[in-house]
Amino acid sequence: MSLWEYANPRKFMATTAPLVPVVSILAGLCLAAGLVWGFFFTPDDFRQGSTVKIIYLHVPAAMMAINAWAMMLVASLIWLVRRHHVSALAAKAAAPVGMTFTMIALATGALWGQPMWGSWWEWDPRLTAFLVLFLFYLGYQALWAAIEDPDSAADLTSVLCLVGSVFAVISRYALLFWNQGLHQGASLSMDAEENVSDVFWLPLVVSIAGFVLLFVALVLYRTRTEIRARRLQALEARERMA
Amino acid sequence: MNALLLRDLKLAIRAGGGFGLALAFFLIVVTLVPFGVGPDTALLSRIAPGILWLGALLACLLSLDRIFALDREDGSLDLLATAPIPLEGVVAVKALAHWLTTGLPLTLAAPGFGLLLNLAPGAYLWLTLGLALGTPALSVIGAFGAALTVGLKRGGLLLSLLVLPLYMPTLIFGAEATRRGAEGIAASTPLALLAAISLFAVALLPFAAAAALRVNLR
Amino acid sequence: MELKVSGLACARGGAILLEGVSFALAPGQALVLRGPNGSGKTTLLRTLAGLQPPVAGEIAVAPESMAYAAHADGLKPTLTVAENLAFWAALHGRRSMATALEAFELTELAGRMAQNLSAGQKRRLGLARLLVTGRPIWILDEPTVSLDATAVALFARTVRAHLAEGGIAVLATHIDLGLPEAETLDLMPFRARPAAGAERSGFDEAVE
Repeated sequence: MSLWEYANPRKFMATTAPLVPVVSILAGLCLAAGLVWGFFFTPDDFRQGSTVKIIYLHVPAAMMAINAWAMMLVASLIWLVRRHHVSALAAKAAAPVGMTFTMIALATGALWGQPMWGSWWEWDPRLTAFLVLFLFYLGYQALWAAIEDPDSAADLTSVLCLVGSVFAVISRYALLFWNQGLHQGASLSMDAEENVSDVFWLPLVVSIAGFVLLFVALVLYRTRTEIRARRLQALEARERMA
Repeated sequence: MNALLLRDLKLAIRAGGGFGLALAFFLIVVTLVPFGVGPDTALLSRIAPGILWLGALLACLLSLDRIFALDREDGSLDLLATAPIPLEGVVAVKALAHWLTTGLPLTLAAPGFGLLLNLAPGAYLWLTLGLALGTPALSVIGAFGAALTVGLKRGGLLLSLLVLPLYMPTLIFGAEATRRGAEGIAASTPLALLAAISLFAVALLPFAAAAALRVNLR
Repeated sequence: MELKVSGLACARGGAILLEGVSFALAPGQALVLRGPNGSGKTTLLRTLAGLQPPVAGEIAVAPESMAYAAHADGLKPTLTVAENLAFWAALHGRRSMATALEAFELTELAGRMAQNLSAGQKRRLGLARLLVTGRPIWILDEPTVSLDATAVALFARTVRAHLAEGGIAVLATHIDLGLPEAETLDLMPFRARPAAGAERSGFDEAVE
């Protein structure tokens, strides 16, 4: 019994079928709890007022925007090394979800920046990095869409994901070099001396958990759809040849 | 390998090879910018480093899809893949040929175009050095993008979409070096980083590009 | 140098076309592949040439000993006949191309641009490339397309000379080349079972 057994489409479908509703409901509960708690039951910040509450959307979305890409990178590597089809399809499934999280992070960042910085958009390195990440998601999905043969598409997008990841990291540091920026430091970290206080922190953690669960649920849904699409193709191919 | 390099150079220079198109495009971009932002020489002088780098980058982009697409169409790519040189070598040589016919002429012409934009006197050296160090990265990254999209019928637009985000660090460091030169500050740090990106790209991307080509040949 | 293929399966566009293809050719032997359009001749030849990995099975000879020629000749229109051929010769580490030009009666055209050649002349130049590779196993996909009767005879003579020197040739062709010594392999018995591709990835059974 090894972990790789779940890379078999049949096994994957059987295992995830009961998981999807459970994860979806948990995601809904966590999101509702975290956001309602964060928006309505936390005090206003003494400097930033109620605008600070956007962190309950902004921070989890930004985290998941990066984590989704990291998950795609791992899935792409698994596909390239071990040729498990489900892995490639999971990477494909995660891309639009990650891109949507990036869009949420960008939009909430702009909404928050307007009252804080006085403009909708600042070429702040962290904000700009998300714009660049958005472009990477765009290119990755465009490549998937452009190639007909699913295995070739999986190969090429995996190579792009690998090279893109390296360049994304380089870009991140290039952006720091380019503009020092006015973005806040990390809101949550283990070693920072100045963390957000517990009143803000607890609902944020719940909200982050909600985003993680939402991501898992959406990726499972989409991967299952991709597997069904591949099954359709396989059956059609069988029909043609018979 | 020499034979391949010579052939690609010969093809670029002969009729229809597209040699000089990139330069002409560069000139047009540089000419159009003042029409867009106005003839104020002080403003032009200030934005010249960015415009020159952006122009060079776009001119480079223009010829990328020729790197593999023509060889793919006439069957040469299949034959090159079965020839006794590794596909990684083919990629490296073709990227080198692309650099010699695009990046190098752009580097040499850029100071002249700098005059048109009233580039500050201190910046010419750094512009030329920066382009010399940075354009190899543009060619190799472009070859990688061309290898990814070589199997597609109309891959040109997709190629731009894939390659331009990868060009970002090169553009940042290159334009920064020129800007620092224009302001009279030491520009060796961005220049060193630019060289690092080029070395990194030249060392690793031929492998990724060859892997992509193998997939596209199947 | 023997070309031995056992249990080969090959795919195009994710669909497995052929399964269990096995044959062995000794030096001096030629094999003609037969089968209707879409039966996988080109796919098999590309797999043999090492352009795509086999799905299963084994080709017991390195791809470095094979010279591949297909529908596209790999000619550059703005190079002369001699330049085109000299490039491939140099790539394969050879200098002389006089015999290759001669064998396909191209010597007089050597200085002409490839774009000014007729379709048949281009084809002859494409086939002359086989001689400058110096490789023993020729993998030929429809080599006689756009050749006239004289040129076909020329080509058959070259193949026979190649076989006489201990070479091997695998061809897909519809016309009779007049190679009585060539064996024929009908691909129809090797057509893949419809479910072959799906079995491998397991998508066929991916029901909930």
